[in-house]
Amino acid sequence: MKKTMQKPILAVGPFHPLQEEMEFFQLTVDGEIVTDIDARISYNHRGIEKISETLQFDQVPFLVSRVCGICSASHPLAYVQAVEDIVGVQPPERALYVRTIINELERVHSHMLWVGLAGHFIGYDTVFMWAWKYREPVLDLLEEITGNRNNYGNVKVGGCREDIPNELKPKILKELDGVEKKTEMLTKAVLDDPILHARLKGVGVLSKEDAIAYAATGPTVRGSGIAIDVRQDDPYAAYADLDWNVISQPEGDVFAKTVVRLLEVLESLKMAKEAVTKLPDGPIATEVKEIPPGEGCGRAEAPRGETFHYVRSDGGNRPIRHKIRAPSYVNVPSFKASCIGQHIADVTITLAAVDPCYSCTERLAVVDGHNNIIHDYETLLQMSREKTARIKKEIGAPEFKMEDI
Amino acid sequence: MNILFWIIIVPGILVLGLVASWIVRKVSALVQWRVGPPLFQPAYDVMKLMGKEILIPQDAQRTVFLTAPLVGLAGTLLLSLMLWRITVAQTAFVGDIIVAIYLMVLPSLALILGSSASASPHASIGTGREMKLVMGYELPLVLAFVVVVIKTAGSVGPGEQLSLAAIAQQTPAFSISGMLAFLAALLCVQAKLGFVPFDIAEAETELGSGVLMEYSGALLAAWKLMHALMLVALPFFLVMVFLGGFHATLPPAELGIPVVIAALMVFAGTRLLAARSKFMDVLSLLIFIGLCVWLGLGKYVLILVLLILIKNTNPRLRIDQAMKFFWVYCGIALVAAIILASIGYYYDIHWL
Repeated sequence: MKKTMQKPILAVGPFHPLQEEMEFFQLTVDGEIVTDIDARISYNHRGIEKISETLQFDQVPFLVSRVCGICSASHPLAYVQAVEDIVGVQPPERALYVRTIINELERVHSHMLWVGLAGHFIGYDTVFMWAWKYREPVLDLLEEITGNRNNYGNVKVGGCREDIPNELKPKILKELDGVEKKTEMLTKAVLDDPILHARLKGVGVLSKEDAIAYAATGPTVRGSGIAIDVRQDDPYAAYADLDWNVISQPEGDVFAKTVVRLLEVLESLKMAKEAVTKLPDGPIATEVKEIPPGEGCGRAEAPRGETFHYVRSDGGNRPIRHKIRAPSYVNVPSFKASCIGQHIADVTITLAAVDPCYSCTERLAVVDGHNNIIHDYETLLQMSREKTARIKKEIGAPEFKMEDI
Repeated sequence: MNILFWIIIVPGILVLGLVASWIVRKVSALVQWRVGPPLFQPAYDVMKLMGKEILIPQDAQRTVFLTAPLVGLAGTLLLSLMLWRITVAQTAFVGDIIVAIYLMVLPSLALILGSSASASPHASIGTGREMKLVMGYELPLVLAFVVVVIKTAGSVGPGEQLSLAAIAQQTPAFSISGMLAFLAALLCVQAKLGFVPFDIAEAETELGSGVLMEYSGALLAAWKLMHALMLVALPFFLVMVFLGGFHATLPPAELGIPVVIAALMVFAGTRLLAARSKFMDVLSLLIFIGLCVWLGLGKYVLILVLLILIKNTNPRLRIDQAMKFFWVYCGIALVAAIILASIGYYYDIHWL
């Protein structure tokens, strides 16, 4: 057999020290330069949407908080907002504030986690350890409020499960002040470090046009100079009442994304403190008895970008369809625009710079191992329809459509 | 009898190397607010690796793959032995600075050979990076030694300008050109040790562990030992060339007693402060540093601490940035140092 010249491929994954999750990037390399990139995910498909259809409406928040360990306040919030959209109920104001506080604390610890990891990815382990140490008080606060460091499960349809006791307010404010001081120090250290500048500036640039074309969200797109943010554009919870700014940087490189995240931490701390001081009195939940038939959408700005939940109800006690779009689903494909032509050393940090979360974004892909064919969603749907039609024909079933039911 | 002594001395250097690599890990951990490993952890690591299976990739060049770690280990052992004979057990001639430079390249060459023989894409990229890195730092390193030779040429005896033993009696670092050369050489040693910011060839988060990716078991243990030995030999070499060597004689008795009393006071202090956590580790760290100072090894500890601090306060550089750093910045600084040193030598100005 004639041997063909193969392109050298550097495998980042399926298990690689770069990231703790399963993902597979095939970097086609020419020396140190990456000429092409192929991303494969779906090593950890958990079928969350299907499981959700088997659970009752009030059980689902606990499931979707496990979509992502770090965004475990945003996903339930988006789901709950979708269900509230169906019911048409407005949660009491105190519940909205509690939701805001928890979501902002989540953003703080998520961004600190990313800063630490980014330090680790470029070999700066001291930043890794320090950022994670600074993040600890936030997790402790979240534990004190909700009972868990992650996977809070604190929202329910019509309000919140756990309240923030008024006597906890001074402690929260004090701890947040401490975190703010340390974050300011870290921000200054990162912004002034000449080697970090050399290492991150002009690296993995995602241009404004590409960011729009790939429909990226969150800090990824705000680092490219597009100031979109669900909290600002479609305010939910108590965001409309608070005084805050959307942070964006025009450069589009990894450094800009770092700056956006660090400044967002400071902004989030400010918002959380304001929300704690303004926390109104009153109940934290209104009772919701039944979910009427209908469909609803919920959006929330997770630390990684916009997370979107669609829920359809048929009047029973379970959602009949629950669709989740996690932010990494749109952020991961943007590697195609930002990684090609870069050094390997730059590509690895660029891969990490969108703060990807692979298990959130897993989609089913059926791979036929013998012929190396990957079936995408459309082909699978097509195949499924053909099979249904074939079976119908075999058993002689009457023709009817979904709408007729 | 003499030969037997040298056979025993070599494991002694190995033990020193393992202790040095423990210091690196422990001090890094303390900088990063971690607890860090116990004193014997590096030794446990090597012992555990010795008992593990050796996997050889199917497409690997078996002979080169298997012998490369041993070549590297042998080269470093020879270097340590040479330095040992210059400082502790002095003999008439043990080799000059040129031999040392050759022996110092051997570990990197062995690494390049071994990783390129392992037939792994990650290792091959690591090999390329290691080659570029060697080409990057060898030039400033040799230039730095040229500065030293110029600085010491007037003071050492005729025909001894390149002799390490003669150079070790001088302290060229106490001058402008000597200090420049020392700092450049320190960074070259950082690169030779494969520490951040120059751990480009291993780059855990990019290439797995790059050059060492396919090594396992006893072969990996050999690499680890080699690295531990380099942790002793390279700073030793710097001390001898730049800082005037160390005279490994114990301090006189009247100085010895205050040192022991001070060590005991530190002992009591740490006991009171660190109630029960980390106590033994901190104590052994202190005792080791105290011992080093007592034995005249304080300069070695100083260099080691400098290396660790650079390691922990920098991100990893890209390979092109590292080469530019060595050739342009270090190169220019060293050319200036050579000119200064020549002027100083010609007009007999010692501080230049």
